[in-house]
Formats: sequence, structure tokens, C-alpha cells
Amino acid sequence: MSEQLHYALFTGCTAKQSTPELLSSTLAVADKLGIKITILEEASCCGASHLQDFDEFLAHVLNARNICYAEKLGLTMITICNTCQLNSAMTKHALDKDAALKARVNEKLAEVGLEYKGTSEIKHFLYAIIDEYGLENVKEKVTVPLSHLNIAPFYGCHNIRPSELHETSNGGENPYVPNSLDKLISALEGNPVDYESKNKCCGFHVELQANHASEVLSGNALLDAIDNSADLMVTPCPLCHLKMDTYQGSISKVMGREVELPVLHMPQMVALALGCTEKEIGLNFHVQKAKHLYSTSA
Amino acid sequence: MSEVQINEASNTRKVTIKAWRFNAETDYLPYTKQYEMEVGKDELILDLMNKIKWEHDGSFSYRRSCRHGICGACAIKVNGKSVLACKQNAIELLDLFDNDITLEPSSKKRAVKDMIIDKSDFWEKHAQVKPYIVADIDPTPQTESKQSISQFNSLLDADLCIQCGACHYACPALEVNDAFLGPAALAAAYRFTADTRDEATQERLEITFESGAGVWDCVKCFECAEACPKEVNPIEKIGKLHNMQFEHGVAISNIATRHAEGFLRGIKKTGYLDEADIVTYSEGYLGMYKHIGTAVKMLKVGKIHWHSGIPFINSIPKIKNLDEVQKLIKISQTNKL
Repeated sequence: MSEQLHYALFTGCTAKQSTPELLSSTLAVADKLGIKITILEEASCCGASHLQDFDEFLAHVLNARNICYAEKLGLTMITICNTCQLNSAMTKHALDKDAALKARVNEKLAEVGLEYKGTSEIKHFLYAIIDEYGLENVKEKVTVPLSHLNIAPFYGCHNIRPSELHETSNGGENPYVPNSLDKLISALEGNPVDYESKNKCCGFHVELQANHASEVLSGNALLDAIDNSADLMVTPCPLCHLKMDTYQGSISKVMGREVELPVLHMPQMVALALGCTEKEIGLNFHVQKAKHLYSTSA
Repeated sequence: MSEVQINEASNTRKVTIKAWRFNAETDYLPYTKQYEMEVGKDELILDLMNKIKWEHDGSFSYRRSCRHGICGACAIKVNGKSVLACKQNAIELLDLFDNDITLEPSSKKRAVKDMIIDKSDFWEKHAQVKPYIVADIDPTPQTESKQSISQFNSLLDADLCIQCGACHYACPALEVNDAFLGPAALAAAYRFTADTRDEATQERLEITFESGAGVWDCVKCFECAEACPKEVNPIEKIGKLHNMQFEHGVAISNIATRHAEGFLRGIKKTGYLDEADIVTYSEGYLGMYKHIGTAVKMLKVGKIHWHSGIPFINSIPKIKNLDEVQKLIKISQTNKL
């Protein structure tokens, strides 16, 4: 790499709470790849589409504030959660195309001494690795090839749809035939599992009010991966991870079939292949047992 | 990748097109048939269906009418992707799917014959939201009922819907929840609710608030936005309905609305969503029994901690400059529960 990549990291809420392994593995991967990360410690919750349901304008103000801090650093803001990516990008898109809305939001931001300009790009870490760091360069860093593992990529809705919103930040990924995660798995010498559910919804967002629907959506995807010989599933979204890792017990009951499959965060998979430490990878934080993946890869 | 011959002289591609075949009256199971044909660069999926019917098998059945992307009859799926056959370029899809495409009905479980489906569920859902202007209109008006440009613009793109059903049959929430109204009906509900001439705002917001049927059962996958051939963007309209339910006081306190509004509780305190509090607050303490099993599992592996289950002790990290967020909420919040 000629110039060191440097990003402003928007961690989102889950990486600071229930999935600390997502943050530690992200930082470990960045370190191994020589990518410089500045954590946006000022950034607040993206609203996850739920705050948007309650109060769309307020959600735009809070997201614009987060982006302001990346702009101040003059850096691209990277996300490690599909839903953070979607909601931040939706605010950026809305403000960049609607001058009146941007003015209304900036009027509020001025009260705390900030101004949204629209100068920072917003990109998920997955696409920063693929499109900016480059898979060829990743390949060179692999010390623990994942060749013994069949890995089912689970893309998560909010990185691939709506494609019009994401096309400038996700390398033009086609939501009907996404392949970025597949290519990353191959670069780490793992075997990508081809299965129909890879671009489907996990149901996380209706987990509370429509639990059955949520369990069936997750169950369908997990069983599809299992039936196609997956040893594990990998996802760039911690919300997909939470739904599909934490609830396998209740999903099994709803589906009437044993559902057991480790679900890794995208950076954890990369960290495994780059030889990061157990502590950094943090598989102990998973509800569905995944620690055996160390022994097979070591 | 399947066999393909590219004929540079005629600028066509010789491919094998697969079609899903089924006759509900005579067939026990569906099957797939293959048809060899030359496809030109300007040909549409509808042209391919016509070729199957006219040159290969006259029994192949599908709906078609206007051929101009306005009647909505020819919506089908190709390799799972919803398309309006008369609008979708065939070469584009052959490129996308490595020259291996299968024509399928919008909904296999509703198939009557080949591409023709029983769309009655779609029309029933559509009718439920009163997709028309409800107003006491003089049958012999002396003046026009004018709409300003801004009044028209407030409908967004919802008026462009042609009821083709592409979004409805792409919606995974509908697949697992028969009661759900679905993206097309909800977009129609928005279209008429946002119309200043309409007088059924309250009623339509109540219909679309209904648990199981309404907007709160949308799984937020954006499949509908992707599927729509007319760029109606149904999920955007679903979002607007959510907001309107709060604005018009239709949103009463329940698990779904508390989940939306409850985000602010954590954000005000720490800047982050409080993951434990949002579940407790949304469910209410009585509803928490459902989550005990999961909570214990999460505690065991360190996903949640004892203190975060107790609302009075808070050790979630705080963001820097939290006071800015608190001030912004104070001066920017527009809705209340």
C-alpha cells in the first residue's frame, strides 16, 4: 500500500455493549492490515430505523451530528453494522439532495457549534477492506488459511438494499447476486457456501413485536446454510449476528428442527485468518458455541 | 454458467431459457422446461415469453396487456427477482445471472397456470386500506377541486403504483405473516392519507396501526423498494405512516411504539441505545418472562451484564460531548408518545 488508509470508525451501540467481540476483532484486523482507525467517541446511536419511525427529523439531526465529527477529521466514516450504515447513509443522502432539509438540520446543529457539510463518505468496513485495501493485499496477510471451513455468507439487508442508496459505497453490489463476502471468504482461502438465503432478511427488527415472523425468517436462513453444508455463517451486521446467534434455542423450537450453527462477525472471520489472538477474536462472547473454530484453524 | 453462443453479426445471443411450469388443474407437481432461443439486445422478458408461447409451446400461460409498463399485468420473477416483464431488458438479466435464467410466477404457492397467479390476496389487502379518496364531494361541482404543487408533491411517488404486485410478492414479512397488509397496500394507504382532499386520515392510520396487519410488522428489509418497477419506494411510505401515527395521536403505547420511542431513553442518558433497557421498557416488566431464557444465556457468555438488567445502575459507556446530544433532542424532537 502506498499510503496508509485512515478511517473514522462509527462503532454503533452493539459493539459497545452486547458484541464487544465485534469491536475488538475490528481493531485487531485493522492493526494487522496496517489500517489506522480513529474511533468517533462522540458519535451517538443511529436510531436503527426505530427512532426514525418515531421522529424522522430528530434522527436526521443526530446522524448528521455523527457525520460532522468524521468531517472534522477529514476522514471517511466507516461503520461495522449494516443498520448504522443504512441510517447514516440515508441521512447523508437526504441532506445532500435537499438543501432546505440540510438548512433546517444545520440550524439545530449550530446550537452546539457544528455544521454538516457533506464532505465525508460513509462506508461499511467490509467494503473498505475489499474496495480500498484490496483483496490481493488481504491474501498476502493470511497466516491461518480457512481452507477447512465451509462458510455461509449472510449479507444482511441494510448493506445491499436499497441498491440505489448504496451503489457508491458498496462497489455496486447487486442485491440479487451479492458476492463481496463470497470473495472475501475465498481470499481467506475458505470455501464460500452458495445458498438461496444469503441475501434474505433475518427478522431482527421485529424481534419484539412480531417474534414468530422473526424466528421463522432467521430459522429459514440458518437451516438453508446448514442444509448446504455450512460449518459456520459470517455476517457484516451485528444485528443479524445477535438474532441468529443468540436465539438458536427458540428458533429450533419454532422450526421443529435442531438449529446449531456458529455465526461470526465479518471481522472475526478475517481475524481468524490473520492469526489474531483468541482474546481479540472473542468467540467466547457467542451464545452458540464457536470456540472449536480455533482448534480447527490453529 | 450455461451454454451460450454470441452471434456478433446479428448482435444476438443464443441461450436456453428455463420456465417454471405448472397447471393447478392437472399437475401434481411443478416442473421446469427449457427453450432455446436467440435473444437480441433490445428484447424484453415479455418478448421471451411471447417466443415460448408462439414458437415453442402454445400452452405456456402468462398475463399481458398494455406492453407499456402501466397495466401491471405481466409482473413475474426471474431467478427470484421481481420484474415487470414488459419493462425488463432480457440481456441485462442474462448478464446478471450468467446466462442462466428461470422464469417463475410472482408467487409459486399462488400459481394457477405457469406465470398466472391467483392475486386475490393482493386485492383483498389493497381494498382493506380504502384506496380511494373519502370525501363528501358534490356530484355536480361548479368549480374544480384544485391541488397545489406542494400538496401534490406531498404524495411523494405513491401515486405511481400500478398494482402489479411485484413488491407484495417480494415481501418476506408477508411470506411468514398472512395478516400483514404488505408494501403495496400500505403505500396506497399513505397515498390517500397524505391527500389533503381526503377525510379518512384517522381511520386509515388506525387500520395501518393494527398489530399483525399494519406498519409495525414491516421487517425493514427494503425488498419492496428494490422490487418496485415504478419507483414507488413503498418502505419510505411505511416510514411516513409510522411518523403520521405519532403526529395524529393514533400511536398508542404498546410494545412496538415503546420500542421506537424508547430509543431516546438510552440516547439521552449515554448517547447509545440501552440494549437491556429497550427490551424491558418495550415489553413492560410483566412481558419480560419471555426473555429470561435468552437473558440467562447472554449473561453466561458476557453479552449482557448484571448491572444493565437493573435500570437504576448504569455503567454503559457514555459518548463524548453527550450534552450536545441532549440539547439537540430537546430542540429537535417533533413527536411524542
